[in-house]
Amino acid sequence: MSIDAKLVGARDVHVHYGEAHVLRGVSLTIRAGEAIGLLGRNGMGKSTLIRTLMGHLRASRGRIEIRGQDGARMRPDRVARSGIAYVPEGRAIFGNLSVRENLMVAARPGTGGRDDWPLPRILDTFPRLGERLDHGGQQLSGGEQQMLAIGRALSTNPDVLILDEATEGLAPRIVQEIWRIIGTIRATGIASLIVDRNFRTVLANTDRVVVLEKGLVVLEDRSAALAAQPVELARRLGV
Amino acid sequence: MDFATFLVQCLNAVQYGLLLFLVASGLTLIFGIMGVINLAHGSFYMIGAYLAFSLAPVFGGAFLPTLAAGLVLAVIFGYLLEWLFISYLYERDHLQQVLMTYGLILVFEELRSILVGNDVHGVPVPGWLSGSIQLGDLMAYPVYRLVISGVCLAVAALLYFVIARTRLGMMVRAGGSNREMVQSLGIDIKFLYRVVFAAGVALAVLAGMIAAPVSSVYPGMGAQVLIVCFVVVVIGGIGSVRGAFLAALLVGIVDTFGKVLFPQVAGITIYLLMAAILLWRPEGLFRQG
Ligand SMILES: Nc1ncnc2c1ncn2[C@@H]1O[C@H](COP(=O)(O)OP(=O)(O)O)[C@@H](O)[C@H]1O
Ligand SMILES: [Mg+2]
Repeated sequence: MSIDAKLVGARDVHVHYGEAHVLRGVSLTIRAGEAIGLLGRNGMGKSTLIRTLMGHLRASRGRIEIRGQDGARMRPDRVARSGIAYVPEGRAIFGNLSVRENLMVAARPGTGGRDDWPLPRILDTFPRLGERLDHGGQQLSGGEQQMLAIGRALSTNPDVLILDEATEGLAPRIVQEIWRIIGTIRATGIASLIVDRNFRTVLANTDRVVVLEKGLVVLEDRSAALAAQPVELARRLGV
Repeated sequence: MDFATFLVQCLNAVQYGLLLFLVASGLTLIFGIMGVINLAHGSFYMIGAYLAFSLAPVFGGAFLPTLAAGLVLAVIFGYLLEWLFISYLYERDHLQQVLMTYGLILVFEELRSILVGNDVHGVPVPGWLSGSIQLGDLMAYPVYRLVISGVCLAVAALLYFVIARTRLGMMVRAGGSNREMVQSLGIDIKFLYRVVFAAGVALAVLAGMIAAPVSSVYPGMGAQVLIVCFVVVVIGGIGSVRGAFLAALLVGIVDTFGKVLFPQVAGITIYLLMAAILLWRPEGLFRQG
């Protein structure tokens, strides 16, 4: 895979919920190995964009590309099998499966047959999960659920990891741990698209940031540049 | 009731309950995992019984080949049925599901009438299973009924193994918990549902086929089983195969002994059981997810 291979692309994408015009022409590209932060206040369309990339929502205009293929016709499982893993808002742990089963249910080699994330490595990364392998998914704390959701995503050996609200509702100590793990994953070369409230942490952990406002990209820049000049960004995010 | 009679009734109760389980397990999976109320599920039991009747001459009355052929046909039939009809029902509301699957019942009954007619038929017990076992001095119990129970128990064990211990079983349970997330992980849920549906059809057809020699084969036999199986599903907890197993045995016992001990109210004992259990546990014995 060449360094700037385009894995996921949205071009001028519009999405409606019934009459509501929620995305109004969004373009975004995720290249191999890059970490992108997706920022914006509540209700600006971040989750909608992600769900459209994953194939759960259909764009009413514009083009979605998954590894160069037309994403508009792809079912979500095909998108996932193209190496895109997704940790949704709310985590969507399978509460009726044990922790071990959550990590096994979708485990498979990645594109090109890579098997970088066997169960032992996932448990090395999340020692807390190792202690709770036989617990039911619904018995975990919020932080453990988020770790499990990330571990479950890694079990599919993805090329891209999409994290919606990576640390929402978690205690500060857990938030730190999650970001440390995100850093580890980034270092392995997996590309990522990360949504999180705390824009400073996002800037510190990504290569590039995209800001959505009312369904439009209003700001896009290298994280390092924005970190040096956070005023405009803070104004956009209303913080 | 003397001890031998009691024993016979127990064996009958268990055999009836286990047969109900074969039909109800598919019904509860299709309802609980796929969210489809399938009124046509009883028809698969009816189709199984008629398959046992119609296929037997083809195989010269040989029991196991008939059974095997019936199961293969059932899986193919279930697969096609899901593809052609049921797959359109997932996003629809219950009323539409009930209407379409009720329509399917009418179609199946009409086809049955055209192809086999409306007479009641008997299916002979296979010769090598036609003996009896002596219970005490006065009672004998037919071997074939014990075989029915044995087959059902083996299928129940297999089903338990698949659901609890295999990757396919995990996917099925996950699909009942969060369909969209299952897809997001790269699992083809449409194929998964098709497999579950075909398996449910095969289980009901198997029940009908092995029950045919003791129940005979008659029009409308599907409707009767369907209603009792809904009782089983509700008592067991929608979507729970374990619950369906316990509930089917309970219903078998209550129905069988109800007929012996309280013949005046025999028709309603299982509904009284259902009402009592729902008062105690509104979600049924086990709740899925
Ligand atoms: N299922 C839905 N039906 C109708 N409107 C929705 C739905 N989901 C989200 N919206 C609306 O779309 C807009 C964008 O939502 P979302 O993408 O969830 O924003 P974000 O993730 O940035 O908070 C919001 O105004 C929200 O109310
Ligand atoms: Mg959101």
